[in-house]
Amino acid sequence: MNFITFCDLRLLNLLEYPSDFANLKIDRMASKKNNPKEVTENDSNSRRDFIKKSGLFTALAFTPPSLVMASENKWDEKIAEYLETVPLSIEVNGKKHNLNIEPRTTLLDLLREQLQLTGTKKGCDHGQCGACTVHVNGTRILSCLTLASMQQNAEVTTIEGLAKGKKLHPMQEAFIKHDGFQCGYCTPGQIMSGIACIKEGHANSREEIREYMSGNICRCGAYHNIVDAITEVKEGGKEL
Amino acid sequence: MKNFQIIRALSSRTAVTNISKENEAMFIAGGTNLVDLMKKNVVAPDKLIDINGLDLKEIEFVKGKVSIGALAKNSQVAEDVAIKEKHPLLSLALAAGASQQIRHMATVGGNMLQKTRCSYYYNTDMPCNKRTPKSGCGAIGGSNRMHAIFGASDSCIAVHPSDMCIALAALDAQVLVEGPKGKRQIKFTDFHRLPGNTPEKDNTLEAKELITSVEIPDHNFTKNVHYLKVRDRTSYAFALVSVAAALDLKNNVINDVRLAMGGVAHKPWRLTEAEEFLKGKTVSEEVFRQAGDLAMKGARTYGGNDFKITLGANTITEALTIAASK
Repeated sequence: MNFITFCDLRLLNLLEYPSDFANLKIDRMASKKNNPKEVTENDSNSRRDFIKKSGLFTALAFTPPSLVMASENKWDEKIAEYLETVPLSIEVNGKKHNLNIEPRTTLLDLLREQLQLTGTKKGCDHGQCGACTVHVNGTRILSCLTLASMQQNAEVTTIEGLAKGKKLHPMQEAFIKHDGFQCGYCTPGQIMSGIACIKEGHANSREEIREYMSGNICRCGAYHNIVDAITEVKEGGKEL
Repeated sequence: MKNFQIIRALSSRTAVTNISKENEAMFIAGGTNLVDLMKKNVVAPDKLIDINGLDLKEIEFVKGKVSIGALAKNSQVAEDVAIKEKHPLLSLALAAGASQQIRHMATVGGNMLQKTRCSYYYNTDMPCNKRTPKSGCGAIGGSNRMHAIFGASDSCIAVHPSDMCIALAALDAQVLVEGPKGKRQIKFTDFHRLPGNTPEKDNTLEAKELITSVEIPDHNFTKNVHYLKVRDRTSYAFALVSVAAALDLKNNVINDVRLAMGGVAHKPWRLTEAEEFLKGKTVSEEVFRQAGDLAMKGARTYGGNDFKITLGANTITEALTIAASK
């Protein structure tokens, strides 16, 4: 029973109804507010919880010790599951980060939510739009379908890592020159993909560019101008 | 997404086999399908075993065959110079699948194990015998434009979504797997299965088995080959119907031929009857048309996908015509 001493009663509730840690946090925030109605609701919840938990303690008191041990172990596992993070060393735009992350964190969420690099966009979050395209170890990939926990020691380049000081990357300049966007939401993904498209050697004709850029959807329909921008950078022959 | 534990398997295949004795654990390689399924709560493993550290990435040409490691990336195989030269059908099929970003992530083994894109499978509010056995099939009597016309059952009419696998079925590939009971080899055309009463099983892999490589025996289909994929947009969409066609021609006579279809069944659909019909015939559009019509015999449609019979025959004719003209 020792673990109960460091768990507050709310956490015990979580064990009974394993929903999400986030809910727990929101609940706590809500209960801090001076909203009388909410306080009343929380109070009634607490009473209900108390009755449930006293019942649980009574049951535990009459349970053979071996079974108590077993169930304790199971609870310990559940707590571990909720608190578990994995260490991750990752380099983003030349800067090394040593982090502890939940295994389910995608690379996209890591970049946007933890490293505040919001240039990489979340479009569909299901690998269908390409807005989240970044380079990992020099290769373009979809950060929304990549678990950050699988990117140990990876070198990531995002749209924020392209410009050198105030000097824009040639692809960024070409997108501005050719009006390669309207709303701009898909643009970071388009630019990351466009650079890779040239580096991979798949920008030898307009048809080939269109095929190898097909993973980047633009709902504004700026495709023609995007192909113009990539063609110009390819023909410019600059090292990317 | 439900949280889970992740274990990095870095050393050997044995380590993976041992780790895989865990219950409710799944292997993860590219993750392009699995992460999506986990986000939608269609699949919710407790543990993931990251196998990307394993030494299974090589493409090796040995006597009589090529061995492609299960962790070779789709783009790596598609653009390999020797694969393009000796197995151009495979290269074409791979390049027709997904987008370049996804091909950079997705592995050969993962491609084989990807789940159907049947929308009822992905929507956890809908019945689906594949996702939840005995819950029913939403696609039968529902929206079934993308669905099977061959080998379906009253339990499931979903189709296998891969392009790569259609070429591998045509090229008589073998799948090498390793599991708790040791290593074994599965004929590619026996790897995926028809739904029957157990559509939750996509393939004949046993529990805890890991695909280690795919082997393709040498063949003469190096010139007159084509992979024709018909879809709702020119690129980056799943096939309505696709055809892998390979011809071995001698003086315009078909010495040998391989034909397989995608988007029509729960597994890559090899067209053996049409192949037999074509052998020994002289190349002509009429002969290809007859082969296409023959291949569509026995097709059963479900309302939304009635068009696939005509589309299928036309796609076979066109794929063979393009292959012969190369």
